[in-house]
Amino acid sequence: MVKHIDAIIVGAGWAGSIMAKELTEAGLSVVMLERGSERTTPVEGAYPESIDELRGAIRKRLFQNLSQSTLTIRNTMDQTALPYRQLAAFLPGEGVGGAGLHWSGVHFRVAPEDLRLRSAVIERYGEKFIPEGMNLQDYGVSYDELEPFFDKAEKVFGTSGEAYKVQGKIVGDGNVFSPDRSDNFPLPAMEDTFSASVFRDAAKNAGYHPYSLPAANASRQYTNTYGCQMGPCNFCGYCSGYDCYLYSKASPNVNILPVLRQDPRFSLIPNAHVLRVDLDSTKTKATGVTYLDTKTRKETSLSADLVILGAFQFHNVHLMLMSGIGKPYDPISNTGTVGRNFVYQTITSSRVWLPPSTYTNQFVGAGGAGVAIDDFNSMNFDHGPLGFVGGSPVWVNQAGVKPIAAALGAGGGGTPRWGSAYKDSLVNTYKHSLGIDAHGSNMAYRDVYLDLDPTWKDAYGQPLLRMTFTWKDNDIRMNQYVVSKIEPIARAMGATKMNLVHLNAGQPFDTRTYQTTHLGGGAIMGENPQTSAINRYLQSWDVSNVFVIGSNAFPQGMGYNPTGMVAALAYWAAHHIRTTYLKSPGPLVKA
Amino acid sequence: MEPTLNNPFRRSVVKGLLGTTSFWMASGNARWAEALAAEAAQPYQPAFFNAAEYQFLESACERLFPADHNGPGAKALGVAEFLDRQMQTPYARGENWYMSGPFEQGPANLGYQLPFVPKDLYRKGIAGVEHYARQQYGKGFSALSALQQDEILTALEGGSVQLGDIPGRVFFEQLRTNTLEGAFADPLYGGNRGLGGWIMLGFPGARADFMDWVNQEGASYPIGPVSISGETA
Repeated sequence: MVKHIDAIIVGAGWAGSIMAKELTEAGLSVVMLERGSERTTPVEGAYPESIDELRGAIRKRLFQNLSQSTLTIRNTMDQTALPYRQLAAFLPGEGVGGAGLHWSGVHFRVAPEDLRLRSAVIERYGEKFIPEGMNLQDYGVSYDELEPFFDKAEKVFGTSGEAYKVQGKIVGDGNVFSPDRSDNFPLPAMEDTFSASVFRDAAKNAGYHPYSLPAANASRQYTNTYGCQMGPCNFCGYCSGYDCYLYSKASPNVNILPVLRQDPRFSLIPNAHVLRVDLDSTKTKATGVTYLDTKTRKETSLSADLVILGAFQFHNVHLMLMSGIGKPYDPISNTGTVGRNFVYQTITSSRVWLPPSTYTNQFVGAGGAGVAIDDFNSMNFDHGPLGFVGGSPVWVNQAGVKPIAAALGAGGGGTPRWGSAYKDSLVNTYKHSLGIDAHGSNMAYRDVYLDLDPTWKDAYGQPLLRMTFTWKDNDIRMNQYVVSKIEPIARAMGATKMNLVHLNAGQPFDTRTYQTTHLGGGAIMGENPQTSAINRYLQSWDVSNVFVIGSNAFPQGMGYNPTGMVAALAYWAAHHIRTTYLKSPGPLVKA
Repeated sequence: MEPTLNNPFRRSVVKGLLGTTSFWMASGNARWAEALAAEAAQPYQPAFFNAAEYQFLESACERLFPADHNGPGAKALGVAEFLDRQMQTPYARGENWYMSGPFEQGPANLGYQLPFVPKDLYRKGIAGVEHYARQQYGKGFSALSALQQDEILTALEGGSVQLGDIPGRVFFEQLRTNTLEGAFADPLYGGNRGLGGWIMLGFPGARADFMDWVNQEGASYPIGPVSISGETA
């Protein structure tokens, strides 16, 4: 006997939790399946056990356990992809809350032109400006359409920030490049750490436009739209990689699930690894999902009218491939869409040393707090003479540097990595330096994609996902250009020494060192079913009762952190499911 | 049952705790800190490494992280003890690494591709270094001068030495990583003795409340560290 529910949601992170809240509000019965374990902040987040660096970020307590499932990675199509055996370059989450439990909390909207980047580039520079092999595409949704949902998400996340323009009026010292807002941030901006304040002054003096990073770290006590409460952030520094013991960093666990769990229409099943979405014989309608209880190893099928994929970016793509939803992308024939436009971000971290009398106290911090400039992001500067597409915000985002992480990263680049000279440099670097990041975009290319690996399998017998990815010339040159802008700012900050880090021409993607968990694309949204896997409402073009919510929808990797955009897209999709789809289930856009 | 200081079963409970996946990966473990701290305060008898291996670690870790004008070295910080304790955890068994074959070697930038988990790397790596030391210098590693030990470590780091099945560089990186973890992890795990690692860096440990120190114009934070179990220095 197969149990029937109105909607099944795969994944208990931000995307899944938002969709579950919206669909239960619409009166649907919802079952949310999470392959990892149950996690609640009063248990895992309790001080002081939660702030143990070894058990936390180092032994990777809140991250995906690769022993059960991972992916394989290669740089180019002529290589054999090899398994990503140890977490390093990126850190997907696992367990209730997903990556939304261990994220930092930088909570951006979107640069409006990033949503129509292909159109914007052609309008300004002509079609020939787009390099051969670059799959530059528009999202098919505009900032004005998404604005109410960015606003809604900020009021759920308790986002701290300083606005520039609200309803057409300049209201504050916010990001001059940011678009108009219908309302202010729910909370005032986070205070600048010392390092961020030094960057703010130097960037301003250099003629740039510094602004406070929008942070889903509560600068004040806050009660959100759902009645969930957050406490003020005290800059303890345990955001990224940790569960916030102060209830200051927004997470599904703190900001949505406490109310959802009380709703009789909602149930959450942890330790439930979804193996596939079940389709009917026409392959155009999902009938439910089949999952494995990872404790009992028992398979269960659930039937549902609506299936929402809200797992991490590449897990959504994997599930589509395993289920036969949409046509797999083939880079040779340039056909199919599932796996197409896999993107990352182009991020490098530089370091600046201040005089020995100045202490940067790097352990003080908040994951979402900091000061940034957008002068070299998106379409905010003239790419014409530079000949590349994309850009990077530049920022000081002192998130709280812990001692093991600092020690592992110290030395190298021609300086000792052990011994007494190493200790000198570690101590000096920890006490007196600060980091500046170029947090940039990454474009999509015909030969960068996701498909199924021919050799390696997960613990459940399914083929691993295969990632074919490396750095391309366009993005390397973008990164080099933006990093060159850091030097004068660093000098103005009073740098006694600096280590400016940028990608080098021909440098391959290295899986061994952390870069970012901001993976995107692979099942992108768009206006054309030939070049996108899901429509502008994040609905599968091929199986109309499946919606795929997450950064998998991004046609390009943008310079901003993705969570704010994922949340807005979830609310956008939910709105159209509630107002249109449920009244008359079927495709919301004609293919 | 919650481990407490008065509980006669404390030691076995704590030992069990560190060996479990749930401690490292899943739920919280209320009040385990005081039990682990008491365990870490006991005189230590290595359980994974034999006496010769332990002696190698005492010597090699001290060269990687030597006592100097900055502060204590690996030996004073209890790094070898930390390593031995870690060998009894899921980490040492590679329980969150993908360890399914086939194991094919490829370009270094595609990451670790050996069929060995950390405890294998130590067992094979230490034997390999001891063999290399005898071959090159006619003595075991610990009997060599600091200069000779540094020469060996430099050769391992540089990638010119193969230790049986294991590239010397792989073993070097494993040892460096775990040595630095032992110097700077909370003292609960047997290293960072007396909070010596944290004092060196000016890291205040589990204070985790800097409301008044968000921006003090570059002044040095004035309060010393505290550990998770409440130890101060």
